[in-house]
Amino acid sequence: MTEAAPLRFKVPEPPARPGDQPDFSYVGLSEAGSVRRPAVDVDPAAMRDLAYAMIRVLDDNGVAIGPWSPDVTADDLRRGLRAMIKTRVYDDRMQNAQRQGKTSFYIRCTGEEAFAVGQALELGPRDMFFPTYRQQGWLIARDWPLVDMMCQVFSNENDRLHGRQLPVMYSARDVGFFTISGNLGTQYIQAVGWAMAAAIKGDTCISSGVVGEGATAEADFHHALTFASTYQAPVILNVVNNQWAISSFQGIAGGGSSTFAARALGFAIPALRVDGNDYLAVISATRWAAERARANCGPTLIEWVTYRVAPHSSSDDPSRYRPADEWKAWPLGDPIDRLKAHLIVRGEWSDDRHAEQQVEIRDEVQSALKQAESYGTLLDGRVASAKSIFEDVFEVMPQHLQRQRRQLEG
Amino acid sequence: MPSMPMNVALRSAMDVMLGRDENVVAFGEDVGYFGGVFRATEGLQAKYGSHRVFDTPIAEGGIIGAAVGMCAYGLRPVVEIQFADYVYPGLDQLISEAARLRYRSSAEFTAPLTVRMPCGGGIHGGQTHSQSPESLFTHVCGLKTVMPSNPYDAKGLLIAAIEDNDPVIFLEPKRIYNGPFDGHYDRPIVPWSSHPLGEVPDGYYRVPLGSAAVRRAGEDLTVLTYGTMVHVTEAAVAETGVDAEIIDLRTLLPLDTDTIEASVKKTGRCVIVHEATRTSGFGAELAASVQESCFYQLEAPIERVTGWDTPYPHAQEWDYFPGPARVGAAFTRVMEA
Ligand SMILES: Cc1ncc(C[n+]2csc(CCOP(=O)(O)OP(=O)(O)O)c2C)c(N)n1
Repeated sequence: MTEAAPLRFKVPEPPARPGDQPDFSYVGLSEAGSVRRPAVDVDPAAMRDLAYAMIRVLDDNGVAIGPWSPDVTADDLRRGLRAMIKTRVYDDRMQNAQRQGKTSFYIRCTGEEAFAVGQALELGPRDMFFPTYRQQGWLIARDWPLVDMMCQVFSNENDRLHGRQLPVMYSARDVGFFTISGNLGTQYIQAVGWAMAAAIKGDTCISSGVVGEGATAEADFHHALTFASTYQAPVILNVVNNQWAISSFQGIAGGGSSTFAARALGFAIPALRVDGNDYLAVISATRWAAERARANCGPTLIEWVTYRVAPHSSSDDPSRYRPADEWKAWPLGDPIDRLKAHLIVRGEWSDDRHAEQQVEIRDEVQSALKQAESYGTLLDGRVASAKSIFEDVFEVMPQHLQRQRRQLEG
Repeated sequence: MPSMPMNVALRSAMDVMLGRDENVVAFGEDVGYFGGVFRATEGLQAKYGSHRVFDTPIAEGGIIGAAVGMCAYGLRPVVEIQFADYVYPGLDQLISEAARLRYRSSAEFTAPLTVRMPCGGGIHGGQTHSQSPESLFTHVCGLKTVMPSNPYDAKGLLIAAIEDNDPVIFLEPKRIYNGPFDGHYDRPIVPWSSHPLGEVPDGYYRVPLGSAAVRRAGEDLTVLTYGTMVHVTEAAVAETGVDAEIIDLRTLLPLDTDTIEASVKKTGRCVIVHEATRTSGFGAELAASVQESCFYQLEAPIERVTGWDTPYPHAQEWDYFPGPARVGAAFTRVMEA
């Protein structure tokens, strides 16, 4: 017998570290318009190839092509564009406020706006969204008041969450936005549970759950796929693959072995892999999955391929672990630029209107900021009262909490 | 002796152990190339290679479960849970597996595993970056639980934990990574370089598990505390002038009952201070144990100063945090009783 070779331990390495040339050749792309669009009631076994392709609608010139090109009005697209721009301006302003000490923490979604905005506008008013901390675009697209969001970030007297939650951990039930958890992945199986409930009750609305590619490693992701597949729950299971989970590139979550979309295949859940920076593809793929769910054909998993342009959070410095200019090499461009180009090609937009709108949005965000700051920020300590921390632990405050509240008051 | 902050002292402990014992491996989320979100493993991957120090998928159950499997092979894993608040997906592997491997196999398999995790508040981290879950672990038979209060102990205890043949939960109060925080959040940050326990030898040394330290000898009352609260208690002592004996437990399980008993028998009064929530907190265990051994010497009811029984709020952090004023008020009550 020949001597066995020593085993080797493999730890995936990203293609580029600080100082290296960015390299995105690992991102499998498809030509815009080249991927087929199956009927929504297709047998998942007959569409496994879509887990490895990439649905793209906008070509390099901004023209919408192919079977996934959605029927969508210019007005609706302009709403999407406006919401994406507003989200970006909002993020920049709030990040700035964090630097000034007006809040302790902030998370931007720069470069990833298309997914949350597109789903917010495509799904119905009674559908339920189970987000992570990077989908503020949903709230903005649904015209949730900016002042309300800002008050949450500032933890001020007008914060509906009473300063209890970390900044950006919004909750907005009225616009179908589930309370955000800091614990990764938990919301994914909850989205499935919500969809199961809708089916139990014979309702007509569906749910949509979100997880980052990094957090697909959590058991809750696998619970979600198992339950969704077993009960054929009317849910859209979104994986936002922005390539980075803090300092860990997507390969650490197993992205080097397959696509994240393909995780669905073993469960016979239909899988779509989509250009997440292509607003029209977002609308189109969401529409497909929603129609399928509403037609009692069960769940769909969608991998949205995008790039986290911003640091992970205000506590992060990405130049320590990835090339500082990596975002410039990202092959799928910027969602705002691409939708803008499309509307211009369609004759429905212009550079001038874009510039005008930019100014208008800046003013709107600025005046909201002024108003929110007038209710206080973390800097001036005008926050919800200390004794309010004892409320909502239970529906009825037990004696031991009443006693503690009295002690706090002294 | 070099002075170092606590996260650097912890790094030094892992460095020493990776160097001494080829079976030691360190891993966790963002632990490898980046060196951990609190920099505790910075440079260790470059020094020991990515087969010894590496990044993991975001899966605390996976991290702890894989570590248990490595233990079965004969390795000695030191894993990092990014925040104690995120250990919950790993609890099944800790409670049902790591803690019981020795018992259920009659020592055929053991779990010499160290689970490091930053804990505690004071950094405006809100309810998911501030928790102190030590009593969940001390309630599990088969786990040891450690919480250092300074860089010198942190290094010596971590080395002892890594060398221990049973699973050790190693809680690191994140607010004192950079300095001995005494609860006065509105004062300038004091660095470890100005504190004697910031002096840390470069090489190998141990602070044994299961031994408490008397931080301050005193006659009026005994304070049982650990972690950040040691420094808060010191501030309360300075501000009230009460001659308290401060016992830094360092290890919660196994507990140094001899040191506790000797002190309470001497002073006849006892105050327990921890940041964790009150009900079923470790303070309850301490109070029960003190009354069992010192009932006839006690001259006043035992007081507990703890976090309130609510999730850790973001904006009202300093109303929640049991600062020196609350500790001092407990001193007064106990002295007047
Ligand atoms: C259970 C749990 N473990 C660890 C963390 C710490 N953490 C917060 S965000 C993050 C990275 C998440 O990456 P990904 O899922 O890809 O989402 P992204 O931030 O890229 O949007 C980590 C490790 C956490 N919040 N919850």
